[in-house]
Formats: sequence, C-alpha cells, structure tokens
Amino acid sequence: MLKVEETQPVEFSSELVSKFDEIVRRYPEGKQKSALLPVLHEVQAVYGWLSSSAMDRVAEYLKISPIEVYEVATFYTMYFLKPQGKFTLEVCRTGPCCLVGAEKLLNYIGEKLGVEEGEITPDGLFSYRGVECLAACGFGPVLQIGPEYTFYENLTIESVDKLIDDLKAKAGKS
Amino acid sequence: MGRKLLLEHINVPGINTFAVYKEKGGYRAVEKALKTMSPDDVVEEVKKSGLRGRGGAGFPTGMKWSFLAKPEGVPRYLVCNGDESEPGTFKDRFLMTHIPHALIEGMIVSSFALGANTSYIYVRGEMMPQIRILEKAIAEAKEAGYLGKNILGSDFDLELYVQPGGGAYICGEETALLESLEGKRGNPRIKPPFPAIAGLYNCPTVVNNVESIAATVPIINDGGEEYAKIGIGRSTGTKLISASGNINKPGVYEIELGVSVEDFIYSDEYCGGIANGKRLKAVVAGGSSVPILPANLILNLVNGDKRLMTYESLSDGGFATGTMLGSGGFIVMDEDQCVVRNTWNFSRFYNHESCGQCSPCREGTGWMTKILHKIETGKGSYSDIDLLVDVSKQIEGNTICPLGDAAAWPVASAVRHFRDEFEWHINEPRLSQE
Ligand SMILES: NC(=O)C1=CN([C@@H]2O[C@H](COP(=O)(O)OP(=O)(O)OC[C@H]3O[C@@H](n4cnc5c(N)ncnc54)[C@H](O)[C@@H]3O)[C@@H](O)[C@H]2O)C=CC1
Ligand SMILES: Cc1cc2nc3c(=O)[nH]c(=O)nc-3n(C[C@H](O)[C@H](O)[C@H](O)COP(=O)(O)O)c2cc1C
Ligand code: SF4
Ligand code: FES
Repeated sequence: MLKVEETQPVEFSSELVSKFDEIVRRYPEGKQKSALLPVLHEVQAVYGWLSSSAMDRVAEYLKISPIEVYEVATFYTMYFLKPQGKFTLEVCRTGPCCLVGAEKLLNYIGEKLGVEEGEITPDGLFSYRGVECLAACGFGPVLQIGPEYTFYENLTIESVDKLIDDLKAKAGKS
Repeated sequence: MGRKLLLEHINVPGINTFAVYKEKGGYRAVEKALKTMSPDDVVEEVKKSGLRGRGGAGFPTGMKWSFLAKPEGVPRYLVCNGDESEPGTFKDRFLMTHIPHALIEGMIVSSFALGANTSYIYVRGEMMPQIRILEKAIAEAKEAGYLGKNILGSDFDLELYVQPGGGAYICGEETALLESLEGKRGNPRIKPPFPAIAGLYNCPTVVNNVESIAATVPIINDGGEEYAKIGIGRSTGTKLISASGNINKPGVYEIELGVSVEDFIYSDEYCGGIANGKRLKAVVAGGSSVPILPANLILNLVNGDKRLMTYESLSDGGFATGTMLGSGGFIVMDEDQCVVRNTWNFSRFYNHESCGQCSPCREGTGWMTKILHKIETGKGSYSDIDLLVDVSKQIEGNTICPLGDAAAWPVASAVRHFRDEFEWHINEPRLSQE
C-alpha cells in the first residue's frame, strides 16, 4: 500500500487542465504518458504536494493506471507525498558545497526553525531538508525554494537570517 | 588568454535575448547549415572537429551521429541531456542561464544534421528558472522563423520542447533519461542496444550533453578543421570547466584543452590559487565519480612532466596514478579538508541516488556509506579499510549502468592515495570525532 496522507478529493480547475493539454501536445500521438512528470509538477505547484486523490485524477487524465503515477511520484525526490510548509528550504548537502560550509548552514537552519528536517514549523510557514548537488557547486552554499525553485547562492548565516525574515514578511506574519 | 568559443560574449548585456545574441553573430550556423550544407555535410564537419562528448564519457560526437539508424518511415529524435547532477559540475546550468540561444542554435543545427523534426531538451526539474529561460528563448527563435515549419524557407521543420525531470541523478544516464522522458521511473536500460538504434519510443535517438550541442555552433561557423586546431592530440577544442571548492575564484571557465593543471589552479585567469593562503591537498578533476588525486599527482605525471587538462593527460597512469577529465567538474580541497569525510559524503550521495535495480550497487553503496561513517566517527578498525576496498571491488563492473563504478572509484582511490588518513581516524578515535 502506498502511504500518502489523505485530504479532500480534488478536482482540477479548467486552467490547470488546459495547461495539461498544452503539455500533452508536445509528444507524438499515443505517447501522452510522457507528460507525467511535467503534469505532476503543475499539480504540486497548485496544491503544494501530491495527494493520492490528485494522483488518481492525473492517472484518469493521462489514461494510465494509478500505479504508473505512484511509481513515478515515489521515485523522484522533487515530489512531496505529504504537506509541506509554505516555503520549503532545500539546502544542498553534497561534497563540494560541504567544502564551503553547507553542513553548518543546514544545521543552523534546523536550529533556527526549531523543527526536524521534513517537519513544518507551527505557523505553517517553513519546512526544510537537505538535497543533493544542485549544479551550482561554485557558488555554495546554495538553497532553493519551490514551486518556482527560486535560487539563493553564496549563503551565510546572516543572509539566511535575512531570507527567513523576508519570507515571513512576505507571508504577512512577521 | 585562451580562445573562447562558447562564452566569448558571456558578459555582453542582454546576450540572453534573441536580438543581442543575433547581433553578436548568433544563428549564423543555422543559416549556413540550412542554406549551404546537406545534413551529411554537417555530420562530416562535426567528425572533422574531433569533438568528444562533453557529458563525461568523451565519445566522439560525429561518430555517434553517424551510427544513428535511419529506417524508412520511423522518426528520429535528438534529446539534449541537461540533467547535470554530477557533484562538482555546473557548466550546463551556467550556459543555459546566461546564453540560452547558444543551446537553441546548436539544437537546430544538430537536429538538421540528424533529420530529427521533434527534439527535446531534458532539464533537471530543479532548474525551473532555466527551463523558463529556455522556453522564452525557444519562443523568440520561433517568432524569428528559426523553428517551426520550413525554417528559413528550407524544407526542414523542427519543434523543440523542454522537458523537466523530477529530481534524480540517475536520469543523467542517457537510457534512464529516455525512460524518464517516457513518463517512467529512471531505471537505466541495458546497453546495447544504444539509443542510436533504439532510443526514445524505441526510435533511433541521439542523446548529447548541453555543451556538446552548443559546441556544434562554432564548429559549423568556423569549420571542423579550425576547431580541431585548438587543443592537443585527440583532445580538441575548448572545454567548460566547473571549478569549485577551496579556491579564490570558483566559477565556470572555458579553457583550450591543453592548459596545465597548475596554471588552471594557480593563474589569475582561472581559479586564482587556493583560498585563504592554504595549501592544495587534493583534487577531484572530473566530477565526483572520478578518482581523487593528491596534490603531487594532479599537478605532475609520474615522469615529472606537468599534467595537462586533456582527456589523455588526466588519465595518464591509469587509476594507479591518474584520473579522468569526465564532466569537467574540478573540485579542489585544501589542507584542512578531511578526505574520509568527503568520501563518506560522496558514498552517501551514490547510495541515495542508486535506482536500486542491481544488488551490487543498491547494497554496496549502502555498505560503503556505513563503513565510511564508522571510520569517520572514530569507531572503525583496520579491517574496515580492507572491507571497504573489497566492497568497492564487488560493485565495479558488475552493474547495469556506470553509477556503480562511479560510486566505487572515489572510494577505492581515496584509500589508495590517502590510506594514512583512514588509519589516523582509527588510531585517534577521539580526535576524529571532533
Ligand atoms: N555530466 C554529468 O553530470 C555526469 C556525467 N557522467 C559521465 O558519464 C559517463 C558515462 O556515461 P555513459 O553514457 O554510460 O558512457 P558510454 O561510454 O556508454 O556512452 C557515451 C555515449 O556514446 C554513445 N555510444 C557509445 N558506444 C556506442 C556505439 N557503439 N554505438 C552508438 N553509440 C554509442 C552512447 O550512447 C553515449 O551517448 C562517465 O564517464 C561520467 O564521466 C556521470 C555522471 C554525471
Ligand atoms: C549515473 C550517470 C549520470 C550521468 N549524468 C549525466 C548528466 O547529467 N549530463 C550528461 O550530459 N551526461 C550524463 N551522463 C552521461 C550520459 O549517459 C551520456 O553519455 C551523455 O549524455 C552523452 O552525451 P555526450 O556524448 O554529448 O557527452 C551520465 C552517465 C551516468 C552513468
Ligand atoms: S548501477 Fe545502480 S543506478 Fe545503475 S542501474 Fe544498477 S542499481 Fe541502478
Ligand atoms: S555540491 Fe552543492 S550545488 Fe553541487
């Protein structure tokens, strides 16, 4: 059994479905399964994560079986199978970034937010996790924030403090 | 100053737009290819250039193109590999961010050469900003008549799409990438058949790295022979090197193949020396999967000659005293860095990224990570070092794709060249915990 947290059944908006339609047109007739990864990104951008109901709707839309969607959603690290904070800080924790202080920064973020990796802060604003090399090793430490994957380079404790403050302000909860 | 073919205009304001790129001589290669050359002429120029795959394996691009099967009535595909996930490698992201039209232009020229009418650029999903940049560049090129039907009045049609990945290093392996592009898990296929025979949707497909595709532009503009004049021996042309770690000027550098490693590390044109006045300890020269070398071996060959930044010179001495150019991810470590810890970090990475199809890779990477962690935290014994080497040997050569080798080589080379450091962790358990 696939363990995903359940929420209300979802129905996709017509805007979202027309985005799906646009994606499916990129592939030859009958190869609409190729749209699966991009479609899941669109769904996650709207809902913040992939519930099993959302995945089932995707399967119906692409005319594939639900297991084909679960297989993919569980294989790739970008897809969240449970709700996340409004902002998920993803810090690179791979070798080259560690040579310039990434591990310390990741620990600092954990202490500052006061939650474990993968958990959400009580105000619902933040979660964080270590991720693998983000192809920016010369500009480390780096972090990204979905769904647009905004990128921050050459981070320091001070710049991370400021980033978190700015995000709080943006969310109107400072 | 070395010649720049890919990054010549990188500092020109607005070079990411179609207008400025074109003003700086962009899209001449498309004009030349479509108006004055046949597809086979283009393949021939790329063969003459001696260009070797910039994704890491170094396979001659022109030769790969000439292997493409051409059965009647079956579509052929060009798929650009923009998955760039090898730790230490960040050149493709740099190129796509700052000069996206170089890739789009290369895709048009290469698709024309291969007879592909639909081509995909597979970009790792985390690079959403780069995906947007490429989509914008494609729209601009289409608007100007360089994509779509009857490009520049020729009978060549091309549609170009960007496909996001989902976050998985293994999808950089070309057959895993094709599986992913078909909407599946990224499990590598058994090769042969190579994609050139059976690739995307089982059709003949060429997969090329971002930098390889972009390099076709200067090759067509100036001719393959001109390109081949740069470099040494079978290492022709220029190469993007991603320089990271403890250096004064990390970043992406375009070098003429053949500069010395010493110049690359110490000259102000490139890395500008080791940061904070420290000494050089070790280098991982071609992305995390290649063997690590200590300072003396990366700077000099065993015969005392200077080691050069070429495919041949970097691999001189085999794995006993050499390494590989790989993807050009040049990771520099200063004297304060711990080789054991870095090796543990890489093993953890490969363990995390193993697709799990082959037991030597799936289990072996986990074992290596555990043993390295044990040694690193001062709980190891001498026999653990031998066990580590043993496990790495069990993986090497026994797996479907080279991720297994990529996980084994760094471990084996770290023990080969830095055994004393592993032993120190065992002898000084208290110190090594700090
Ligand atoms: N850029 C990056 O982020 C990373 C790069 N790598 C590099 O990838 C390399 C391994 O890549 P592979 O694709 O497994 O190497 P490979 O040697 O199997 O293939 C290289 C290319 O040549 C083609 N080819 C080889 N023989 C052929 C034949 N007889 N007919 C038609 N085509 C043929 C393959 O299809 C492929 O495109 C490693 O050396 C490593 O340096 C590894 C990890 C990440
Ligand atoms: C585990 C693994 C990961 C790889 N990742 C990449 C990658 O991110 N980018 C890339 O261009 N090639 C990568 N490769 C190499 C590709 O399989 C393939 O050789 C390459 O894309 C061919 O293009 P080229 O001939 O232009 O280098 C990887 C190979 C392996 C085994
Ligand atoms: S070597 Fe590892 S990554 Fe490659 S196919 Fe086997 S298990 Fe998967
Ligand atoms: S190691 Fe952090 S971006 Fe590459």
